[in-house]
Amino acid sequence: MSLLRFSTAGSVDDGKSTLIGRLLYDSKGVYEDQLASVAKASAGSSVPGGRIDLALLTDGLRAEREQGITIDVAYRYFSTPKRKFIIADTPGHEQYTRNMATGASTADLAIILIDARNGVLQQSRRHAFIANLLGIKHFVVAINKMDLVGFDRSVYDAIQTEFTGFLRRIGAPDALFIPISARDGDNVVDRSANTPWYEGPALLEHLETVAVDEERELLPARFPVQYVVRPNLDFRGYAGQVASGVFHAGDEVMALPARRTSKITRIVTYDGDLEAARSPQSVTICLADEIDISRGDVLVPATAAPHVARRFRANIVWMNAQALEPGRGYFIKHTSHQVRGVVRAINFRVDVNSLERVGATRLQLNEIGEISVETHHPLYFDAYSSNRVTGAFIVIDPLSNETLGAGMIVDIEGKEETRGQVSKGERESRFGHRGAVVAVEDTESALLLERELFDRGANVAVLASPDPGALALAKSAGLILIAVGVVPAGAVDLRRMATHEAIRQLERKATLQGHEAELTAGEGI
Amino acid sequence: MDHLDLLEAESIHIIREVAAEFENPVMLYSIGKDSSVMVRLAQKAFHPGKIPFPLLHIDTTYKFREMIEFRDEFIKSIGARLIVHTNTQAIADGANPLRIGTQKCCGLLKTRALLDGLAAGGYDAAFGGARRDEEKSRAKERVYSFRDEFGQWDPKNQRPELWNVYNARVDKGQHIRVFPLSNWTELDVWQYIGRENIPIVPLYYAKPRPMVVRGASLIPVEQDFMLQPGEKAEMVMCRMRSLGCSPCTGAIRSEADTIEKIIDEMKLVRRSERENRVIDHDQEGSMEIKKREGYF
Repeated sequence: MSLLRFSTAGSVDDGKSTLIGRLLYDSKGVYEDQLASVAKASAGSSVPGGRIDLALLTDGLRAEREQGITIDVAYRYFSTPKRKFIIADTPGHEQYTRNMATGASTADLAIILIDARNGVLQQSRRHAFIANLLGIKHFVVAINKMDLVGFDRSVYDAIQTEFTGFLRRIGAPDALFIPISARDGDNVVDRSANTPWYEGPALLEHLETVAVDEERELLPARFPVQYVVRPNLDFRGYAGQVASGVFHAGDEVMALPARRTSKITRIVTYDGDLEAARSPQSVTICLADEIDISRGDVLVPATAAPHVARRFRANIVWMNAQALEPGRGYFIKHTSHQVRGVVRAINFRVDVNSLERVGATRLQLNEIGEISVETHHPLYFDAYSSNRVTGAFIVIDPLSNETLGAGMIVDIEGKEETRGQVSKGERESRFGHRGAVVAVEDTESALLLERELFDRGANVAVLASPDPGALALAKSAGLILIAVGVVPAGAVDLRRMATHEAIRQLERKATLQGHEAELTAGEGI
Repeated sequence: MDHLDLLEAESIHIIREVAAEFENPVMLYSIGKDSSVMVRLAQKAFHPGKIPFPLLHIDTTYKFREMIEFRDEFIKSIGARLIVHTNTQAIADGANPLRIGTQKCCGLLKTRALLDGLAAGGYDAAFGGARRDEEKSRAKERVYSFRDEFGQWDPKNQRPELWNVYNARVDKGQHIRVFPLSNWTELDVWQYIGRENIPIVPLYYAKPRPMVVRGASLIPVEQDFMLQPGEKAEMVMCRMRSLGCSPCTGAIRSEADTIEKIIDEMKLVRRSERENRVIDHDQEGSMEIKKREGYF
């Protein structure tokens, strides 16, 4: 039995909850005792004719039942003999954009509801825009309440024409349009006799058969390492979930950021070794060579590496009352990797109603825009449009620990590409520091500092008496040169400092990318 | 990959994230079927290594005898570390559901004991086997569910949770409840138990057991205080669909004495598993209220 995750969005009025209630009810995803408690509640609600209010099946929180609205994302489950379904059920109002984005983030298909009486509304457009932004490739437009327009084909046709135009305009995939009545069940589970002019499948029929999971396996292979399994000296394996593509035993892979290559010797699972691991399997990979790999690193084919960069552009949905502001420091969590980063600029904000790009100095709760990000350590990523796992990140507030935003990487920024001439940025991300000349008191401190920096992966050398060109050399080669006894022009003076103090000073000056380093003023938190 | 493979891969990913990102995680182990599945997934996540965190059982002392026997045997067989925590003061004060009511009893023996047990171990993450399909307030629960210094859940102010990128940041004293089985349904759990041959407490299998028949309910007779005057136990072919404390867990009439028969029964069953859990019905929205206070 396969699995389909889909999202819905909408308000009480357009019948979203009724549609979900209908799917659960007709596929027997609701138990009698749950139904009995709904029937009890319906008797006191405003639904005419003693009909059970299916919407009451889905609103889980007391506040929601009291106010008759959906506040939060709720997940629903039902299955038919063909498929298991997970519904991410989200509210549709503009102030719930973040919930819509949350629901869409794990969905393969979006059902967009349009009330036949009202036609295409802002809310339908907003939902389609967000679903497309979050990378959903399959759209179904359910034109609901067809019973209230007499199952009139021209109503259906007009909505289809208008909305198809809209989807093309935003670059979304084509949709399947289905005329339904969620309340009475027309074209929900079975094709309806009331719409002889409609030749497509009923909604459930389509959900049961649409093919969605073929894409991830065809992408370049990516394996973010989550955890190193090391039960004894004879076993060292890298545990993770295949984010995309396929890895075979015997494949040559490259570890990032080390850029070392090795061969996969074993793909280990509790149920025995595998010949191949494909997305989204969770496995443990063993390599032929001892390479220093830890959580946050990623295994990729040497022939199809992702971007390795600290600067990139990303679409972002802002989710917190505390506005996004350029210059602020945040945590960026990307696959199994968490780094510090700064939003360098807001390139534009998108008005979710007009879809126009407008200038912005900050992004408020529920606003969407494009930002430029710079992280302290490089990320290994693909564009979100080609890989929904390695292109996604969340933004976390270092102070409140809250999740502030959801980012989707558009592209690397500037010329930080891994082709052509080796750039300053590439050197910095490889070595974890900028080129610099530093001065210490004596040879002993120089050697201690060199060892400390070297162990941290720095490109470092001691130079007893540097000539005037040393600084230019250090900068162009991305080297840290340690001068002994003298302080050449432009050098960082580390004399009279213990090694750890010297390191902290370099982090403070942003010469070194600190791990949990104090931030410089411009990145103040 | 079928739906069980996908659910398994997702759960293992979650379990590994927690082990990697938290300093001191613990897995709540209730002995029930969902816990059994969760422990198996943890074994799979770290194979060939052992589970790198302890299991914690909150023992109300009103669990079925068969559950405790199973627990001790099972933990020994997988070589895990088990911590048992009980609110001994409340027990000494005579807490039981008949004397003080189910709400208070749960509050003391489960919620209080759980919060104390978590505080005693200084845990910053606690896995639980709850599923979103169990109960309507659980449908809104995140995979990583943030709890404040008092263990409270604030359903209207939850962290957004996107993709499979989880926010693991907490301050001292706060913790995260993690639900790796969020997307599993009861049927998925049974199918997985069947497929993976996961050992479960025999109470899940039908056999003749002494029961008090009270209206439509079958009340197991494990504690003397459960019998009302004039009531007598009779042998009924039955099984437990969900395991809690014996005074508050009803049985269902059933002939299902194998996993296959349980799965077949599941496909036909028209009533929810928590219907037989007295504590879910003691007030409107009762699970949400208990959860806000820190209940599992």
